[in-house]
Amino acid sequence: MGKTFIKPEALSDQYTHYCPGCTHGIIHRLVAEVIDELDISGRTVGIAPVGCAVLAYNYFTFDFQEASHGRAPAMATGVKRVRPDLAVFTYQGDGDLASIGMGEIVHAANRGEKFTTIFVNNTVYGMTGGQMAPTTMPGQRTTTSPFGREVKTTGMPVKMAELLSTLETPGYITRQTVIKPKYIAKAKKAIKKAFEYQLEGKCFSFVEVISTCPTNWGLTPIEAVKWAEETLLPYYKLGEFKTPD
Amino acid sequence: MAKVLMKGNEAIGEAAIRAGCLNYFAYPITPQSEVAEYLSRRMPEVGGMFLQGESEVAVSYMLFGASACGARVFTSSSSPGISLMSEGISYIAGAECPVVFINIMRGGPGLGGILPSQADYFQATKGGGHGDYRLLVMAPASVQEAVEMVMISFSLAEKYRNPVMLLGDGLIGQMMEPVEFPDNLASEPSNKDEWATSGMDTRGTDKRNLVKSLFLDSVKLNEHNLLLKAKYDRMKQEEVRYEPYNIESDYKVLVVSYGTMSRVCKTAIDNMKEEGFEVAMIRPQTLFPFPEEAVNKAASKESCRVVISIEMSMGQMVEDVERCVKGKLPVEWYGKCGGDIPTPEEVIDSVKSFYKEYI
Repeated sequence: MGKTFIKPEALSDQYTHYCPGCTHGIIHRLVAEVIDELDISGRTVGIAPVGCAVLAYNYFTFDFQEASHGRAPAMATGVKRVRPDLAVFTYQGDGDLASIGMGEIVHAANRGEKFTTIFVNNTVYGMTGGQMAPTTMPGQRTTTSPFGREVKTTGMPVKMAELLSTLETPGYITRQTVIKPKYIAKAKKAIKKAFEYQLEGKCFSFVEVISTCPTNWGLTPIEAVKWAEETLLPYYKLGEFKTPD
Repeated sequence: MAKVLMKGNEAIGEAAIRAGCLNYFAYPITPQSEVAEYLSRRMPEVGGMFLQGESEVAVSYMLFGASACGARVFTSSSSPGISLMSEGISYIAGAECPVVFINIMRGGPGLGGILPSQADYFQATKGGGHGDYRLLVMAPASVQEAVEMVMISFSLAEKYRNPVMLLGDGLIGQMMEPVEFPDNLASEPSNKDEWATSGMDTRGTDKRNLVKSLFLDSVKLNEHNLLLKAKYDRMKQEEVRYEPYNIESDYKVLVVSYGTMSRVCKTAIDNMKEEGFEVAMIRPQTLFPFPEEAVNKAASKESCRVVISIEMSMGQMVEDVERCVKGKLPVEWYGKCGGDIPTPEEVIDSVKSFYKEYI
């Protein structure tokens, strides 16, 4: 019997810097599997964000650029405009994309830039130590909302997939999760579709992935999955919000 | 090629194309929007790329991404826009990408005004963004010189893998003058395959490239900064450009002035010469690297009594002039910074009054 489970070639051999129970590793793997299956690693450029995934390039084996906080979509625009033949994706968290980078993502989506964004939403700033993000749930405790997020003064959590879906420009906008095995295959399918739309030159593609951050949520990995399922999924509904077809 | 009459901003756009730069990202701002307007028509004609970004912040990162994958790129903006781009400029310098920035300065601080100014000298030469980095800064005094400087700026940016800034002002951008475009200049052999994220297939390798500015290890970050410093030191050795004026005379006053202001100073110097009052000038053409030795040497002349930095700012370059004169002579400042350019008469009055003070 041959090997039934192998490491994608687009992934490198590295010890992970991500915390136990963090879902970045799963999402990295899905991206790498898709890049392998499409056989595009030789013409792929990834754009790393600021946040936990700033070191994402340590885990991939193809070209990478490192952005500043929130600006990855502008960098991807720059790459794609001068090299439309390259496959380009940004990999961003929710502090990066939904807060400081709100302008860049909205305008890139509205221009219909032909790149893919993987948006990892775990409702909290990870790298800086668990501060409140625009995606933090009402009442959720973080290091800058120690009494729980107060909606009166900070508003409701931003739903990026829905927000981007209001743009008239054609795009592929979906929200997935990887918190349980049953969701993972679907998430991969969505990521593959997103890359395929890009390669066909069809549209901007955006895959939001609801994720866990046990460390900054103050929960065990198992509790974190439970909390995400009970609290996040009812608010951040999974599904395709927009397709270009 | 025959001379053509062109507005500075349009000539700058055309010069970039002739230097082989076919990628331009920008955001409109007075007094340089004509660069974008010109290129929005011209780029499609030459098969180039024009994109108006949503903000100067975004534009600086479009430039970063495009440059990081090996393309020749540039932008143009004016003072408040350059402030917004400064975040990106710091990252571009840290990640060692060659990008050309045109800054057609206007008055500040804040919204300031839209008339010519040289108040961004500090920002251009001392940083602007965070961290230890330098731009190679060139300061044209005519539309012709702007064209020539734009054309060499791309190969200089690539030679050093460093951003280059062309620091003009509203007058250079708005004025029409006859220009002659030099033939395409030979550029340095490219080493882009060694660092650019152009796709491994493009380079025919399975070795990936990584463009970044993060070095969490203190030793590595220090090494990286030493490497950057070595580049800036090399610029000081190889790229200093300046024009001496009336330097052979037995001048009593040495003026240091650049860009638009230096043209007024030339007229003032010529007029004073007719009266028998000798004044010399060093006109820096590169502001970083600054012509340190030239200023020091010119200030050492026995007949010279005072050095005056004349600039359209409240006294910025004067600090570099003081640094170069090293206390040998008094160093003074004269200038205006509201948008009015000092007249030759005003320059003459100031030169004479400083001279009287020090004889």
